[in-house]
Amino acid sequence: MLTLADLSPGSSARVVDVLGEDGLAARIMEMGIIEGELIKVLGMAPLGDPMDLEVQGYRLSLRKNEARRVTVTRDSVSSPVA
Amino acid sequence: MSESQSITVALLGNPNTGKSTFFSALCGVPARVGNYPGVTVEKKLGKYVDEFGAVTVVDLPGTYGLTARTLDEKVSVDVLLSTMPDVPHIDAIVAIIDATNLERNLYLYTQLRQLGLPILVVLNMWDRAQSEIQLDLKQLEARLGVPVITTTASKRQGIEQARKAIRKIVQQPPPPAAPLFPAEFIEAAEGLRSWLRDRKCELSEFQCQRLILDVGGTHAAELSKRSELSELPQRLTSIREELAQSGQRVPACETRSRYGWIKQTLEGIYSRQPKSGATRSDKIDHWLTHRIWGFAVFGLIMFVIYQAITLGAGWFTSKIDESLIPWVSSQAESVLAPGILRSLVVDGIVAGVGAVVVFLPVILMLFFFVALLEDCGYMARAAFVMDKLMTKLGLSGKSFLPLMSSFACAVPGIMATRVIDNWRDRMVTILIAPLMSCSARLPVYMLFIAAFVPQKTWLGGWIGLHGIVLFAMNLLGLAVAIPIAWLLKRFLFRGEPSAFVMELPSYKLPSPRVVFFRVWESGQSFLARAGTLIFCTCVLVWAAGYFPGDHTQIDQLTTKIEASELEDDSPERKQLLAERQELAGQLIERSFLGMAGKTIEPAVKPLGWDWRIGVGVIASFPAREVIIATLGTIYSLGGEVDEQDEGLKSALLSATWPDGRLVFGLPVAMSIMVFFALCAQCAATLMVIKRETNSWRWPIFAFTYMTALAYIGALITFQVCSRLFS
Repeated sequence: MLTLADLSPGSSARVVDVLGEDGLAARIMEMGIIEGELIKVLGMAPLGDPMDLEVQGYRLSLRKNEARRVTVTRDSVSSPVA
Repeated sequence: MSESQSITVALLGNPNTGKSTFFSALCGVPARVGNYPGVTVEKKLGKYVDEFGAVTVVDLPGTYGLTARTLDEKVSVDVLLSTMPDVPHIDAIVAIIDATNLERNLYLYTQLRQLGLPILVVLNMWDRAQSEIQLDLKQLEARLGVPVITTTASKRQGIEQARKAIRKIVQQPPPPAAPLFPAEFIEAAEGLRSWLRDRKCELSEFQCQRLILDVGGTHAAELSKRSELSELPQRLTSIREELAQSGQRVPACETRSRYGWIKQTLEGIYSRQPKSGATRSDKIDHWLTHRIWGFAVFGLIMFVIYQAITLGAGWFTSKIDESLIPWVSSQAESVLAPGILRSLVVDGIVAGVGAVVVFLPVILMLFFFVALLEDCGYMARAAFVMDKLMTKLGLSGKSFLPLMSSFACAVPGIMATRVIDNWRDRMVTILIAPLMSCSARLPVYMLFIAAFVPQKTWLGGWIGLHGIVLFAMNLLGLAVAIPIAWLLKRFLFRGEPSAFVMELPSYKLPSPRVVFFRVWESGQSFLARAGTLIFCTCVLVWAAGYFPGDHTQIDQLTTKIEASELEDDSPERKQLLAERQELAGQLIERSFLGMAGKTIEPAVKPLGWDWRIGVGVIASFPAREVIIATLGTIYSLGGEVDEQDEGLKSALLSATWPDGRLVFGLPVAMSIMVFFALCAQCAATLMVIKRETNSWRWPIFAFTYMTALAYIGALITFQVCSRLFS
């Protein structure tokens, strides 16, 4: 199962689900990471963690540990061809 | 609406929406800053007067959602539902929304509109939004069913309209009910509501929905303490299971429904300009979060801040310490005759006020930088860059700045933990901050190193033993803090691992108003809340050192010295001064402090200390460096000695036990230094912990654990050193 943490900088994907029922899952979804949303990995922090993401037109940072809860599917249509 | 009318509105919005800018543009300096009863959440009230009367504005903590999961959010819900004591009834909500980030910002709005209060939507940062989005305002207003206005608070645009709209909104009905949730969920919530009603618990529709949606929420935990509601947790679990079976899994069904409603509401009336290449923020971040340059810039910024609070603010601090306070004292001495009143004023009150004021420069300086970094957007990047390193301590990147600042002084460092939004991380950071080696420890180290550590140098004088010992002392606190942080996280602040779900806001020029108000607030809250407590502690310790001795003789002597026309260095005058110092030493020995020192002597003997060091340690409870002046008094050198004083050094070197053995030596000096590296002998730190945690429990805890650590550390040091060097 592909998760957000597996994506490399520059790539984008569509959110399938956020695993878990706890407050953290709710918090991640609250921030706009919901089913069908396009999410782009802009980069990583200098030490490789956390991740720098773009979602819903703003920038969000998640630790890889949290990003592992976000299952995604590669988006062939909307990913930038640049 | 002709008669004068006072109203209260609540200000709510996501973080980074310019809410504080809007608040300060609307109200100016907050009328009251404090805590909500019993919690650490900051309560900020502002006031302004319009043509119809006074308007009170309650500024609630910035939040992305209105659940009952975190303390901040729980407090906000209580305030909005007017169930929070000590806060006036809320007439309307003002929802601040970042117009450049409409979808996510409207999420909070979908929750607010369920509370049954009139809402005014304020689209802030409108100047930037105009180039980034296209929006049909009229349509948005119609679809949301509430008035919408636009402002650019940083340029004070739209503030007058906002005031007019606030006055109007309280007369209007709450937004019409919107079919947010699927029917299954609404039914389940209604079912729960009547189940609760049967058990004499009347809750609003919104609260019932929250009970179902917030897994592990604080509200449910609170309610299930009532005996008639003890079955609530099982009830909630079964409701959630039923919902999951019908395809409405909690918590996904909430976010899906709300974002679905937002998409539908914005359909056809809103679009975001497609990004043409990297934005300005992206370009800046290319450097500021770069693998190498990111660290370099971060290091440079932290270096500047550290220099500013140690050297810049340090200059003011030393002026206060060395010029202002002695001047005020000498003025008081010239007016008051020697006696208890003079002693109270000079050694109690002036010293107490001084002990408070001395912290102001470094607090104001640090908060100037904190406000600057937060407002321009770099604070989030600093946390982003440092996070991986800090997770090793079980903390997050946001703890770095407060901890680094604590190396200058724990007082502003602890105040700066307000930037940490996770409650557990914040508590752990507050509790380990006093272990960082602050500048007040330096004089203690300097005195004992210079007097007792032999100076040896290596590598042609580049490396010296004095420097090595000083460095080791500075490092000791940090080294101990690491396992302490781990233990605190493991045993005291267990729970969900802290998340790092953090927005990286766009960079912007910091607003001078916001920076000014932030600095102002930090100074005000320190003086008002912690200052009085620090002052009282100083006066109490003065009293313990003054009573119950008879001061008639020493007062007569002082009068004689002051009245005499003797030259400063005449032998007669020196003789009188020496006599007075002798008396001062005897008086402190017979004071409550001296008694306490003698009482604890058996306890401190294993550390190699005699009762005089014990007195010094107790007397230094208000501040560590006080031990130097106290030792000076006990060894009859007068109260005016500092760590450079040769007289004090030689007095220490020749002090003996009753049986003639020397008290001091390298092992004792080391054990005192280790004690001071780890102890919590700083009233200001403890009072600031009290102020920031809003509870006496945590300063008592910090004092207890640090004193225990200090005692054990000093014991081990003395026992090991005395075996090694004897």
